[in-house]
Amino acid sequence: MKIIVCVKQVPDTSGKVAVNPDGTLNRASMATITNPDDLNAVEAALALKEQTGAEVIVVSMGPPPAEGMLREIMARGVDRAVLVSAREFGGSDTYATSQILAAAINKIGIEDDDIVMCGRQAIDGDTAQVGPQIAEKLGLPQVSYAADIKKEGDTLTIKRMLEDGYMTIKVKTPCLITCIKELNAPRYMSVDGVFECYAKPYEIFDYNTLKDDPLVDPTTIGLKGSPTNIFKSFTPPQKGVGMMLEGADKATCDKLAGILAAKHMI
Amino acid sequence: MDFHLTREQEMVRKMYREFAETEVKPLAEELDEEERFPMETVEKMGKLGMMGIYFPKQYGGAGGDVLSYAMCVEELAKVCGTTAVIVSAHTSLCCAPIFEHGTEEQKMKYLPDLLSGKKIGAFGLTEPNAGTDASGQQTTAVLDEAGENYILNGSKCFITNGTVADTFVVFAMTDKKLGNHGISAFIVEKSFPGFSVGKHEKKMGIRGSSTCDLIFEDCVVPKENLLGKLNGGFKIAMMTLDGGRIGIAAQALGLGEGAVSEAIKYTQERVQFKKRLSQFQNTQFQLADMHTRMQAAQYLVYAAAMKKQNHEPYSMDAAMAKLFAAEAASDVTRRAVQLFGGYGYTREYPVERMMRDAKITEIYEGTSEVQRMVISSHLGVK
Amino acid sequence: MKNMSTYNSAAIEEFKGGVWVFCEQRQGKMMSTSYELISEGRKLADELGEKLYGVLLGTGVEGLAKELGGYGADGVYVAEHPLLVNYTTGGYTKVICDLVQEYKPEVMLIGATNIGRDLGPRLAARLHTGLCADCTHLDIDVPKYKDFLRSASTLAPETIDAIKEDDRNLKMTRPAFGGHLMATIICPRFRPAMATVRPGVMKKNEFDQAKADACEIIKPNFSLSNDDVETEVVEVVKAAKKLVDLIGADYVVSVGRGISKDVEGGIKLAEELAEVLGGVVGGSRATIDSGWLSADHQVGQTGKTVHPKIYVALGISGAIQHKAGMQDSECIIAVNKNDTAPIFEIADYGICGDLFKVTPMLIEAIKAAKAAK
Repeated sequence: MKIIVCVKQVPDTSGKVAVNPDGTLNRASMATITNPDDLNAVEAALALKEQTGAEVIVVSMGPPPAEGMLREIMARGVDRAVLVSAREFGGSDTYATSQILAAAINKIGIEDDDIVMCGRQAIDGDTAQVGPQIAEKLGLPQVSYAADIKKEGDTLTIKRMLEDGYMTIKVKTPCLITCIKELNAPRYMSVDGVFECYAKPYEIFDYNTLKDDPLVDPTTIGLKGSPTNIFKSFTPPQKGVGMMLEGADKATCDKLAGILAAKHMI
Repeated sequence: MDFHLTREQEMVRKMYREFAETEVKPLAEELDEEERFPMETVEKMGKLGMMGIYFPKQYGGAGGDVLSYAMCVEELAKVCGTTAVIVSAHTSLCCAPIFEHGTEEQKMKYLPDLLSGKKIGAFGLTEPNAGTDASGQQTTAVLDEAGENYILNGSKCFITNGTVADTFVVFAMTDKKLGNHGISAFIVEKSFPGFSVGKHEKKMGIRGSSTCDLIFEDCVVPKENLLGKLNGGFKIAMMTLDGGRIGIAAQALGLGEGAVSEAIKYTQERVQFKKRLSQFQNTQFQLADMHTRMQAAQYLVYAAAMKKQNHEPYSMDAAMAKLFAAEAASDVTRRAVQLFGGYGYTREYPVERMMRDAKITEIYEGTSEVQRMVISSHLGVK
Repeated sequence: MKNMSTYNSAAIEEFKGGVWVFCEQRQGKMMSTSYELISEGRKLADELGEKLYGVLLGTGVEGLAKELGGYGADGVYVAEHPLLVNYTTGGYTKVICDLVQEYKPEVMLIGATNIGRDLGPRLAARLHTGLCADCTHLDIDVPKYKDFLRSASTLAPETIDAIKEDDRNLKMTRPAFGGHLMATIICPRFRPAMATVRPGVMKKNEFDQAKADACEIIKPNFSLSNDDVETEVVEVVKAAKKLVDLIGADYVVSVGRGISKDVEGGIKLAEELAEVLGGVVGGSRATIDSGWLSADHQVGQTGKTVHPKIYVALGISGAIQHKAGMQDSECIIAVNKNDTAPIFEIADYGICGDLFKVTPMLIEAIKAAKAAK
């Protein structure tokens, strides 16, 4: 049995973010981290590994420096890592990315008792699209927003969160699950894990590795192949110095409520 | 000379930092206020291999190196002096002597539980009448008539991890006539008949650290638990303390670094005379001095750790590291409190605790005076 | 595995099926986001010169359809089947894809609920089309889009003016990088252009009974079998209201020494304001030390550090230990009688006044603003 976990290396957007004088984002100033929801997926995979003895493989699409992140994930107990990296893959939107990752997963091989796990969404794109789109391309049933996972034989029983409650869903392997932070508390790297991780198997899949898969078609990957394009990107006006509102009467309060509503803060 | 950490060392330091921030820092104030030993943290650290960092996997260690161990104590001490010394005393003062001087049977019997953190270790050398003058051991160990067990009588004081440890490396006089050369080392389990611990010592700092007396009243220790050669204990004690000094130096290092970090943060927020404190040159100069002292301490600590790792003589290096780091930590934490002003003196902010914690690093595992003796002796100064 | 060429091999020009809005219902109750999206969809349909349709799936849900017309839908495709009683990815994706193949909409909007964000990407992948998630702004009309950019971005006027006026693509604007960056996305080569939209972002139109009466109900053909529904819904559970934690709260209303003249009254006002915002009550150290609030309410150096969307400080001076616990809140609102209180230095919006007078008015104002949405 294998559990394949898709992870992404992202800039740390939770901290303070520097903006360049021209208003663009200073990406170089941001530290890179493993996407938080993906760590929940890794933890879920490791928990299932403890239960079933499954092999856990982590896959990421990214530039070569992402190896550091993959080694850190192996230091938590993951058995094997695959980096999907090629110039041809750059600029892909979520749909193109999902095809490339699906092809990588096909290359690793999916058997009937395997599970694919993803984080619900990444903190840079915030789209939550790649997981479900990989599932579609692999023809796997999907369950997203997993807050609890139990495995019995070939059936997973999943607590699938809604805003005001949850659904309990049963699905058979092979399947794809997207994980949220309520699912578990990701474990730390261990000291022994750190000193072993560079000895564990690590491969890079580039364009040549995957080009025979029909999903990796030059017209459907990379910047040119992506169905969506960025038309314009811009920074919202910076949060300036605070303002003292005039007066302290009903008009003042109405004005403040209006400002908050316009900014979608309430 | 390569001053860079290996990629594994960088990675493991990152792990220590995350662990310290998330699991250790939130408890630090409570441990100090309530004088509580953080058993739950020890369990977590055990699972992550932090209680046996530089020992080989065959005994249940994590397969890391001495520098990785020193960095662990350093990162923990940045947020909590108490938690840092738990790891240091356990690793350097109990696991290390058993690893370095034990028979294969002793190693296989005691190390797996110790290195996994299932059991905690401690070291019993100091006595009410034998502190810096460790040779004046009054605890005795006499082989019984059947020749099967040593019977220990006496007491130890100021023993770190004393109330929580299961395994103790204890020193006792086996041949009074030989003075220093008549001391032996023993592995004592807390379940041995005649062994008990005294009450928890209330201290100025590291208040959550367990400190107590060990009491031996006809304590029965099987002869297989003699550690190393008969009457060879003093040498074991001294060698063990050499290694322990690296741990304490790392603790002092972390305390000082933590204080500098807090001071930088606070002085950039606090406004007086319509300026942030950090805009005053005195503040800037103080912080520059504090940082430089701790950075110098770091080089000494890391160099001593590297030498031990490479099996080079490191006794003088460890002494210099502890001497310098401890005195720097006391100085830097005191200056941090001063930069905080009134708020720094209150227990709302952590720097007064760091200052109280730092003091002990100048005293235990060999006072700064002892370190000076070691250094001058290595210099050949008579 | 379904081959992508099975779907969506039609050329863009053939997609004249109008603007569609997936109208999500749960347990027979329509999600309010559906009305918001129908309202927004009406605007887009008008700008395109096309019709607007709702898409409603479920069992016994036909009765919900006409109301969608009251917000602007020209018609509603109602697809009912026992297997659609609960949302499943497989069932809903199959049915909607069948409809898209048949009727070829140009645009499809889906509410970005937990379910919408599961359905949207699966649909887009099967239809080999583009999807933009969590959109906060949608435009077809270029001049209106330019106006939007002028107020909401730091782009240079020349850049904005240069945008071509004849672009009929749906321009989908959304936040990225945790909100630090905004991007407008287009899907130029495929249809339908799909967007999910956050609930509460778009404004609902005024309900028009006549329009509701005129709304056409369409019962389309589709096929659905057990094989399409790949998962089993065992149960759907509504959660009881659970305790909200200070640290995870999106809205925090804190009180300080300023409530001393009427502690009970002050706390009650804070609770009401917190309730209206959907958040929790916190307190400065003074309120805990005086025993007015329990220690788990404390925000500050000794106490909790919070990063809510909005932090309201009522009668709090803003001493450094308190600031340490809340200064990274997205939006800080301060109410204090003393205009030199340090809290105003870090507040985004400050009101100098008596919190006992201001807070009730603020509660009413926010209630009204929320109802208007």
